[in-house]
Amino acid sequence: MSITSNEFSPARRLVLKGAGIAALIGLGVVPFGVPQALAAANDAYPADAFKQKSEADAIKALYGKSPEPSDKVKMDAPEIAENGAVVPISASTTLADVTSISFLVTENPIALVASYKIPAGTVPNVANRIKMAKTSNVTVIVEAGGKLYSAVKEIKVTVGGCGG
Amino acid sequence: MIIRRRELLKGAAAATLSAGLPRLARGADTASVYDLERFGNARILHITDTHAQLRPVFFREPSVNIGVGAMAGQPPHLVGKAFLDRFGIRPDSADAYAFTCVEFEKAAARFGRLGGFAHLKTLIDKLRADVGERRTLLLDGGDLWQGTGLANAMKGADMVEAANLLGIEAMTGHWEFTYGEAVLRDNLSRFKGEFLAQNVFLTEEAAFNDAKAFDPASGRVFKPSIVKEIGGHRVAIIGQAFPYVPIAHPKRFTPDWTFGIRDEELQKLVDNHRNNDKVDAVILLSHNGMDVDLKLAGRVTGIDVILGGHTHDAIPLPITVTNAGGVTLVTNAGSNGKFIGVLDLDLAKGKVANVRYRLLPVFAELLKPEPAMQALIDKMRQPYIDDWDDKLAAADRLLYRRGNFSGTVDQLICDALQSELEAEIALSPGFRWGLTTLAGQPLTMEDVLSETAITYPETYVASMTGSQIKDVLEDVCDNLFNADPYYQQGGDMVRVGGLAYTCTPGESVGKRISELKLGNGKHLEAGKSYKVAGWASVNQQSGAPVWDVVAKHLRAGRPPNRDAPGVTLNGVEDNPGITRLG
Repeated sequence: MSITSNEFSPARRLVLKGAGIAALIGLGVVPFGVPQALAAANDAYPADAFKQKSEADAIKALYGKSPEPSDKVKMDAPEIAENGAVVPISASTTLADVTSISFLVTENPIALVASYKIPAGTVPNVANRIKMAKTSNVTVIVEAGGKLYSAVKEIKVTVGGCGG
Repeated sequence: MIIRRRELLKGAAAATLSAGLPRLARGADTASVYDLERFGNARILHITDTHAQLRPVFFREPSVNIGVGAMAGQPPHLVGKAFLDRFGIRPDSADAYAFTCVEFEKAAARFGRLGGFAHLKTLIDKLRADVGERRTLLLDGGDLWQGTGLANAMKGADMVEAANLLGIEAMTGHWEFTYGEAVLRDNLSRFKGEFLAQNVFLTEEAAFNDAKAFDPASGRVFKPSIVKEIGGHRVAIIGQAFPYVPIAHPKRFTPDWTFGIRDEELQKLVDNHRNNDKVDAVILLSHNGMDVDLKLAGRVTGIDVILGGHTHDAIPLPITVTNAGGVTLVTNAGSNGKFIGVLDLDLAKGKVANVRYRLLPVFAELLKPEPAMQALIDKMRQPYIDDWDDKLAAADRLLYRRGNFSGTVDQLICDALQSELEAEIALSPGFRWGLTTLAGQPLTMEDVLSETAITYPETYVASMTGSQIKDVLEDVCDNLFNADPYYQQGGDMVRVGGLAYTCTPGESVGKRISELKLGNGKHLEAGKSYKVAGWASVNQQSGAPVWDVVAKHLRAGRPPNRDAPGVTLNGVEDNPGITRLG
């Protein structure tokens, strides 16, 4: 029996760190001849999407369209988080022409947690650790061939204790 | 003694388990309940959740064990008469006494205690000798090292000695982890069997810092499985530790390790044993809990039998689960040394041709204690017994723990917390281990420790608001009644003192608990603060160990509190997981 408090600060996210790693992996395989201007446009920080409170608004701001559920989007995440402050979640997909992978936590004060640009030729496989305020659905969105695909899983954040 | 023995033989000969699965042959009807008809070519013996009870015990099975959603009315969520009917056990029989709470006190006087490692040793030796050399395996499903004052004082070392003498060849773990990594590894260095856990991995930080692991490449901390040859065939045994150790217990005991159910990793392991090792059978030695095992059996293919534990369900027959690859049998073998599972396999090339399973109650009156084990137990208890033998009080009524919401032992602990720590409300964890004491029996310190001996026994007093208290109850209740077993942790509802509430198990989290009232009948106010006492917190606490608080309360000889537990159930009126019998 016990009580813990997850000191959750809505202002802090693990976005930039994760995105940096994805970009580094991509660097070695960026094909020659990609126009510099296009690359620059893709790098624009989606500030508006990271301000939205609801998952639907964040997806709209980020992509301007809605995802469809797909069993080709694979999410690896625990059923019950061992620590809500650092929940390991990874996503991969067998879909072709993946251009981005995003993570959203429905019940967080700001739903969008991280969005990764996937350069052409990169294996679409991202692992990160996210912070969760409380039990929530977690959504992974894969953008592939200009369409959106999603997978959803509930992750429980518990106060712990009382196991027998 | 002789009368009791005759009672047992008369009652238990009908022993049973004849209803059920076509794959299972019928139970033996021989003169002695432990003379089993020979079957197949390999025998696997399974004990689990003995909770270090070296000596025979009384243990009352639950009268409330509710299943919700798809689990409603299904084993293990049957109690009392519904349980007897489902498994074809005659009321008034020795089996009815062992497997259910029906007329427990009357039956306890007739049939006596169960279990005890010296008695288990006699029975196990017989069950092994009956089928001959190299045809048997003895497996332990975990929660072997914790549950008594002796195990707590010796940090499980007593149980390593007993396990070696008993001949346990492989085990997995749960409370074993609560001694911390150093003690765990020290104990395992003396354990002659294998400690198996496919679902314990290094955290990323620990792996980066080169923490010790069985397989640094995968990060697996322990050996996941072994292949043993029995009866001329190869059998893979995979270990599945309790998946939620760092959540259910203080994380400080296992800072470098991460757990989880991990059924994808399990599938790879099963496939590897099947395809590369060409084993003839795959057994999962699991501490998942029965509902989790039943779900897992439908998702993972290629496992022949899951020998389960954790939820302390004594289920006489395996449950058959169909999955994409065929069928998997799921068992659960009770607790506290009361039972031994006997899995007789007829192994053929690459498959299990047939199975016979029995869950035998270990009636201490029918078994002579094996002398070497008895001597070991006596020797290990000797240094402590003078301190623990004093009678603190006599049990004023039947004291038991099992039940989804309350037990008289926990009412006593809550009374002690409230009165000794001067709190309005007491909270006590819903553990499923802990013994039963008959009315009038003496209560000693050793008995109190058998209800409380953990590595984080410190009590606390905290100020909590009404809404915080409700949140805690909701959270624990969801661990018990989430409709998806993978989101359950096992254990029972947190016990409360000085508080009454209504619970609707079929609801979703946040909506199950209502009508919270204090002992004086006043409604709990969401914003008001209350003085709450408790123990077994996952956060570090500094109060006196709970066993001292309970002992002080008993010594003071206060009149027993006989108030009803104060939990009103809603929406489960016809659920066969509730009985008023016994």
